[in-house]
Amino acid sequence: MANMRTLTFDAVIVGGGGAGMRAALQLAQSGQNTALISKVFPTRSHTVSAQGGITCAIASADPNDDWRWHMYDTVKGSDYIGDQDAIEYMCSVGPQAVFELEHMGLPFSRTEAGRIYQRPFGGQSKNFGEGGQAARTCAAADRTGHALLHTLYQQNVRCNTNFYNEWYAVDLVTNQDNAVTGVIAISMETGESVYFKAKATVFATGGSGRIYASTTNALINTGDGVGMALRAGFPVQDIEMWQFHPTGIAGAGVLVTEGCRGEGGYLVNKDGERFMERYAPNAKDLAGRDVVARSMMQEILDGRGCGPEGDHVFLKLDHLGEEVLHKRLPGICELAITFAGTDPVKEPIPVVPTCHYMMGGIPTNVHGQALTQGADGNDKVIDGLYAVGEVACVSVHGANRLGGNSLLDLVVFGRAAGLFIEQALKEGIEQRESSESDLERSYNRLNRLENSKDGEDVSKLRKALQTSMQNNFGVFRKGDLMQAGVKELEELRQRIANTHLEDKSAAFNTARIEALELDNLLEVAEATAIAAEGRQESRGAHSRYDFPDRDDENWLAHSIYDPTTKKLGKRQVNFSPKQVDTFQPKVRTY
Amino acid sequence: MLQVSIYRYNPDTDTEPYMKEYQIDTGGKDLMVLDVLSLAKEQDSTIAYRRSCREGVCGSDGMNINGKNGLACITPVSEATGGKGKLVLRPLPGLPVVRDLVVDMTMFYNQYEKIKPYLVNNTPVPPIERLQDPEDRDKLDGLYECILCACCSSSCPSFWWNPEKFIGPAGLLQAYRFIADTRDTMTEQRLSDLDDPFSLFRCRGIMNCVNVCPKGLNPTKAIGHIRNQLLQQGT
Repeated sequence: MANMRTLTFDAVIVGGGGAGMRAALQLAQSGQNTALISKVFPTRSHTVSAQGGITCAIASADPNDDWRWHMYDTVKGSDYIGDQDAIEYMCSVGPQAVFELEHMGLPFSRTEAGRIYQRPFGGQSKNFGEGGQAARTCAAADRTGHALLHTLYQQNVRCNTNFYNEWYAVDLVTNQDNAVTGVIAISMETGESVYFKAKATVFATGGSGRIYASTTNALINTGDGVGMALRAGFPVQDIEMWQFHPTGIAGAGVLVTEGCRGEGGYLVNKDGERFMERYAPNAKDLAGRDVVARSMMQEILDGRGCGPEGDHVFLKLDHLGEEVLHKRLPGICELAITFAGTDPVKEPIPVVPTCHYMMGGIPTNVHGQALTQGADGNDKVIDGLYAVGEVACVSVHGANRLGGNSLLDLVVFGRAAGLFIEQALKEGIEQRESSESDLERSYNRLNRLENSKDGEDVSKLRKALQTSMQNNFGVFRKGDLMQAGVKELEELRQRIANTHLEDKSAAFNTARIEALELDNLLEVAEATAIAAEGRQESRGAHSRYDFPDRDDENWLAHSIYDPTTKKLGKRQVNFSPKQVDTFQPKVRTY
Repeated sequence: MLQVSIYRYNPDTDTEPYMKEYQIDTGGKDLMVLDVLSLAKEQDSTIAYRRSCREGVCGSDGMNINGKNGLACITPVSEATGGKGKLVLRPLPGLPVVRDLVVDMTMFYNQYEKIKPYLVNNTPVPPIERLQDPEDRDKLDGLYECILCACCSSSCPSFWWNPEKFIGPAGLLQAYRFIADTRDTMTEQRLSDLDDPFSLFRCRGIMNCVNVCPKGLNPTKAIGHIRNQLLQQGT
């Protein structure tokens, strides 16, 4: 760590996906001295894989659409632990954020009237659940994430954002007051490590689906932000809440958009029965994702799965016709042919619920300011740290995210954090300082790896971790299995602390990065395990055989996992929106 | 057992590049090339390559597979080898090698940035979206889907010769993406920026770009459209 360079900025954003680039754009446009650190070239970020669209009440498909209806759906979808002030902010500011994207050049599909095309998605309704299915998801064919991510990158090029591409953030730097003063990051090309010092450090590091063996997530989704936050002693919220997307391609795990069902596709079991009619008589295949995923697993467990192993169901699309499929779902047709060997124009796609999204994360307020709990149990802003996008838990998704709300979350809160930091910088935020020993602490992990002489292989331990999570913390959960899982992770922690980096070379050493990523996977997995075991109820995506009912008396609350004690606490859910009345919890049916 | 030959070069330890042989147990399955690479990396953690989405949409893992540029994650081994013989993996040609299968893409990105790859519209911003007819939107199909994997530009002899001056197929495809967009108001400027002997006109219509594009896009056609518009503008 001797002679480590320091680079100083007003703001450092870690992560170049939709949220990070939206925040960077806001700051670059306003002339702040901003750096964006990304472990991949930004257009390789996982936002690129988003397919179906961005949900928002822009009143194109339905001129009477209302953001309050979108808010109602989102609150209900969250199984009532989404924060109503944050959901209100997202749904009401959403149209502005989406129109901005269009003005930036995002090539949305169009209606005959020339407006943005919107398709139906799961959990959407008109008139607070009373008016039937809504069509609220704005789409660029089935490549909305790609179109969005490239548009944001292009606008950042226009505004000369400082990109540090293929730089990997290793750890936060915090001082004696627990303020964040920046991050240590390593250049993958040269191996040099640098202290990025900043008044505002913004985590936009995305999700961590790679804690599971089967996931729709990119290989880069290793929970780096959550890992860094937990190592710095900061808490995470609702981390037990993992979304299993109903339609991952069986075997490959590759995502098949909910937009397929939005366009009229449906699921069938081995008898050819459209089984969702039994589980969700009204919404059917467009019920909440947690509901659809559980129904599919139930069919499979009851022996009505398809294929020789009976381990998946079919997504039927052929009745939509070649023209619609090639116009509205061209990417899905490609993916199905490549990864399932089936052409959806002719045959159904074999699908199975697959880990997709981390609803939990670093708790924040609507400005993206990261929160911890003070000794009095009240929220306390962490000086210098912000989080946006999937790594954050603001919380707009609660216990279950609605399809199309992730892209909206990214742009709304990336933008909000950018606006807030811009204002704060103009008013003058002080740069906090860290000491040599603070820096030394953040450099620990790199040091250990560089000096490792023997120990276990990274890829074997990663597989063991993913298998344990898959077996013990899947769609259906059970107390004894989860307790066994917590134990397995405890043992894995000992072993992962002794991984061996055989190759110490500097240039583009991906073995070093994978070893560092494994530490983060472990942090996320362990937090997930302890929180899942601790939440003794079933709510949203968290479904327990031993506690099958929602328990509003004890658990209408966020869970807060404290890494310093490895204990689970609670935090109040916000039920105080500013412009509408509170949506009171009720039984959630579709 | 699949025999795999991988281009290796580590600037820290090697004086020159070499091909290294691996025996990979594919379990009798027709894996994607990327899956084979990850099995090889389990044997030898020093192999360096880029990867992210593993489904052909992020553009990280462009490489030269048995002589043809493509994405490792959506190229089945059977397609690469024709069902027989060994799998041969090299970095994308024409770009400097950082290490193993990782190339320095700076020149490629510079050419992309040169075409001003962003929508410019100087008319007042409306309170909702700018309207666009579906037929006008259709003009962007086959253009906006580019994933910047560089398979095309790094297979283009004109780009090999003049990587500093010739925009290359990927950049030109994106140039046309904005020229074709009815919402963009900088069309004339975009065309005149390309009106020199190198930027556009170094394209000789070899069509390697079309042959390798993993997304099935057609840069040569887009280049043809730009030429036509330039000619029309000139008359």
